[in-house]
Amino acid sequence: MIDSRTSFLRNLDWTTVFIYLLLVIMGWINIYAAVYNDQHKSIFEISQRYGSQMLWILAAFVLVFVIFMIDLKFYTFFAYPIYGLSLLLLILVLVMGREINGARAWLFIGKFSIQPAEFAKVATALAIAKYLSAYNIKVTSLRALLSVGLIIFLPMVLIILQPDAGSLLVFFSFSIMLFREGLPGGVLIFGFVLAVLFFVSLVVLKVYIIAAIVLIGYLAFVLYTRNYKETLIGFSLTVALFFLFWGIMKVSHKTNDFYFIIAASFFLSGLVFLVITFFRKIRHVAAFVLFLFSAIFFAYSVEYMYHHILHEHQRDRMDILLGLKQDPLGMGYNVNQSMIAIGSGGFAGKGFLQGTQTKYNFVPEQSTDFIFCTVGEEWGFMGTAVVVGLFMFLLIRVIFISERQRSTFSRVYGYSVASILFFHFAINVGMTIGVLPVIGIPLPFFSYGGSSLWSFTILLFVLIRLDASRMELLK
Amino acid sequence: MNPYAFRRYIVGAIFVLTGLIYIVRLFYLQIIDRSYERSAENNSRRLITQYPARGLIYDRNGQLIVYNEAAYDLMITPVEVKTFDTVEFSKIINLPIEVVREKIRKSRVKTNTNNIFKPSLFVGQLSAENYALLGEKLYKYPGFFVQTRTLRKYANKTAAHLLGYVGEIDSSGIKKDHYYKTGDYIGISGLEKTYETDLRGRKGTNILLVDVHNRVKGSFQNGRADTVAIVGSDLTTTLDANLQEYGEFLMQNMRGSAVAIEPATGEILAMVSAPTYDPGLLIGRGRRVNFPYLQNDPMKPLFFRSAMANYPPGSTFKIVNGIIGLQEGVLTPNTHYSCAGGYNYGGSKLLKCTHVHGSLNLPQAVQQSCNTYFCNVFRSIIDNRKYSSTNQSYNVWRDDVMSFGLGKKFNSDISNELSGNVPSSGYYDRVFGKDRWKSNTIISLAIGQAELGITPLQMANIVTTIANRGYYYTPHLVKKILNKQGIDSRFLEKHTTPFDTSAYGVIIQGMYAAVNEAGGTAYWVNMQNLGIDMCGKTGTAQNPHGENHSVFIAFAPRENPRIAIAVFVENAGYGATWAGRIASLMVEKYLKGTRTRKPMEDFVLTFKYKK
Ligand SMILES: [Zn+2]
Repeated sequence: MIDSRTSFLRNLDWTTVFIYLLLVIMGWINIYAAVYNDQHKSIFEISQRYGSQMLWILAAFVLVFVIFMIDLKFYTFFAYPIYGLSLLLLILVLVMGREINGARAWLFIGKFSIQPAEFAKVATALAIAKYLSAYNIKVTSLRALLSVGLIIFLPMVLIILQPDAGSLLVFFSFSIMLFREGLPGGVLIFGFVLAVLFFVSLVVLKVYIIAAIVLIGYLAFVLYTRNYKETLIGFSLTVALFFLFWGIMKVSHKTNDFYFIIAASFFLSGLVFLVITFFRKIRHVAAFVLFLFSAIFFAYSVEYMYHHILHEHQRDRMDILLGLKQDPLGMGYNVNQSMIAIGSGGFAGKGFLQGTQTKYNFVPEQSTDFIFCTVGEEWGFMGTAVVVGLFMFLLIRVIFISERQRSTFSRVYGYSVASILFFHFAINVGMTIGVLPVIGIPLPFFSYGGSSLWSFTILLFVLIRLDASRMELLK
Repeated sequence: MNPYAFRRYIVGAIFVLTGLIYIVRLFYLQIIDRSYERSAENNSRRLITQYPARGLIYDRNGQLIVYNEAAYDLMITPVEVKTFDTVEFSKIINLPIEVVREKIRKSRVKTNTNNIFKPSLFVGQLSAENYALLGEKLYKYPGFFVQTRTLRKYANKTAAHLLGYVGEIDSSGIKKDHYYKTGDYIGISGLEKTYETDLRGRKGTNILLVDVHNRVKGSFQNGRADTVAIVGSDLTTTLDANLQEYGEFLMQNMRGSAVAIEPATGEILAMVSAPTYDPGLLIGRGRRVNFPYLQNDPMKPLFFRSAMANYPPGSTFKIVNGIIGLQEGVLTPNTHYSCAGGYNYGGSKLLKCTHVHGSLNLPQAVQQSCNTYFCNVFRSIIDNRKYSSTNQSYNVWRDDVMSFGLGKKFNSDISNELSGNVPSSGYYDRVFGKDRWKSNTIISLAIGQAELGITPLQMANIVTTIANRGYYYTPHLVKKILNKQGIDSRFLEKHTTPFDTSAYGVIIQGMYAAVNEAGGTAYWVNMQNLGIDMCGKTGTAQNPHGENHSVFIAFAPRENPRIAIAVFVENAGYGATWAGRIASLMVEKYLKGTRTRKPMEDFVLTFKYKK
């Protein structure tokens, strides 16, 4: 027993544990700075958010201890029951949850409240690991893909019903893990293109999308078929027609209707191009045309679905998500304030507790989703670079840990951990620095809140637990 | 070996790439682009401008003329406005709810001039009651706060043209002087404009740290960056408020002007421009309504006649010609000319006199204002053989006339002053041809008619110069500026005329006789029984557009004069009738502080303006 304990401690990945501690404590200090108030100067003040966060951190340490004590086989054996339990909680929250900010995401047990969606991530990661580690399962097979898809899909459906867009999107992060496990790159790229097209067609003018699709089409065509001459003819035809129409518009003193000019030139040149290539018997024309038309059709159908199938409140939420419609003030107030806070930090920051933007509530949700602003304002570029660096280090470390696992279960689980952490980090920080739309998800280990801290702790430490016993062969 | 093991590098690359992109972005946000720093300052620092009280304005006896009253401006910071009870709000600030809604909607529209992150004026000058009501409930309306400033108040609704008014600065004014910000007040005319930099003091700023709910969190750097407002300097004017008010009272039904100067100093005692208006009308919210109303009034109350109206001086100008004649040696006090009821010139033409005066010497001619006499005097000045040409002699005459301060601006502290007109010889050359004009061609100048244009202020300065027997100080309005040593040196500079003191004595003898001796043109306004030795001269200025203007100039007492006065009453006919009475009443008021001639006052008040 003593032997196994010493070997456990020896095999424990102390590097990861150390990064974890660093992030959690930095998070705590920044929460203190974000909601600091003069009446309660002590960071240990339980009535304040920083005091509560301290309690949750201590509780998280207890959780870590429990995770370490539990036998290795528990996680593989009970993966499905845990998954089932999390689905049950997600159903329960829909029935018994209290609605906060228009979403039924919180379950109250006495004074405590938990967010089942946070824990569902861990459970789903375990369930996928369990499924994929089964003998003779290959990700490339359609059956396996569908099964994994189903495991991911079930909690997503329940989360849509809450609805909680942030948590929902996190489930897409499993695709990174699936990619590592052999999911064809084409599937991912296709999904990625669809997703991009979906968002872009809601935000950008249709005419530009069509122009882009056609240009990409020409490019793909020329690269694939190597028919330079025909492509050049087709392309110059498009350009020539564009200027012809533009000239006619100019001469006839009509207002420049670029929508019409672009559409007409593409349509006519496409027709001529089609005829030419058809008579020259060039292959893949059909595929090319199919690609063009389906892309254009998709772009239009997205808009149709968006405006005719979605309900208004769903659309509103989506609009806010996409940055089409932000806050009641209608001008990207949150992101603007967030960037002002971070930008005003400069190189070295304003100093601990000196941030004016975050402290005086200019930044919304400054202790939860926008905690990164406090880092940016008070610690400057040095602080933000350190935090981003720590996350990068942690993610690479998790990949490293995953890759040294002997069992598929541990590896799949490890990649799920990396995927989820990455997704949270990328979306959260991306939102505060204005490169991604505002999606309310927490920054792992940093943001205020028990549920998210505990779920991330469990997520990471289950992996550390698995890793510490990596020498024991796990099937 | 897992066939997909190499994909770990792709996943790792995606992670690292994302991290690098974010670090580059952060580097840009935090180090390259400094605009966020400024935004942050605007965000959490509220500059509270401390408007100092504007300097007060007193009259020469220390009587308060202009003072301040607190006004409350309701300010809005559009981004901080949350939904609130507009119904209650509109009741408190006493504006229709639609107006409030529209104002809020407009304030939120982002334009070049409307910065939604910065406070702007929502409603100016709330009443004290509205302010008191709002003060208690302001916490309910985030995004709103009240800024206190002062408004001008006028103790007695007098001297509107002189005092001028204060109003919101326009954009061109802001461009000229960076001291001012949008919404600031500035002196727009009169003393408020001339002495703006003294009256305004210096604005101060308090920098407060506020949170997003507009709650003040303390002062920035403990107030080290704050600047203290400096109160504006009080002005003591040269005006006698009682005299000014009395003059305005007497001239209330007239169009015209009365300007009184203390000869020894050039201090303006009163400067009545009739009709006048209540200066309070152009203050605050009322200005927008009242200004066009005043502007469209056919009596033109906004026109500052005292310094801007060009009147021909009429017979009052004879004394100037008399003095010049004596100086040029073409006239002695005993020179006699005979008046047969007019002056014959240019063959058959006749310039009529009021009477057949017979033979008169100079003082008598002044006393009885004989046209014939002064036409002869003027002819002998202009046709003087001493000079080689009419041009030359005319230029000498013109320089002499201008030495009284005519034909040019005084460059005083009176705003909008005009220069009047004393035609140049070049002007007559153009009209009649070079060397084709002589004294008789321009004979109207002898009796102060034709092209001559003199403002009431300039007329008063002529009397001042005569009262002083040959010098004047630039007439001015301000005696003292608080915390400043003395007055502007240009007001201490003595302007001396090139004439012998004895010439003045002769003229003054005539002016004294005009008022105090039987046969004088202004005998009925004498104040012998009041013990006042007033010297005066009537005038009737020809008005081609209607009834002649009534003019009267006077000073008193004869020795060591304390007041010199010029009065113009438009379209009032004979000089002594209206202008003479006003001058007489005002001189009594100033010297004795009494109003003993009620019937004369009543008569003056019966005046009816007719075109
Ligand atoms: Zn006569």
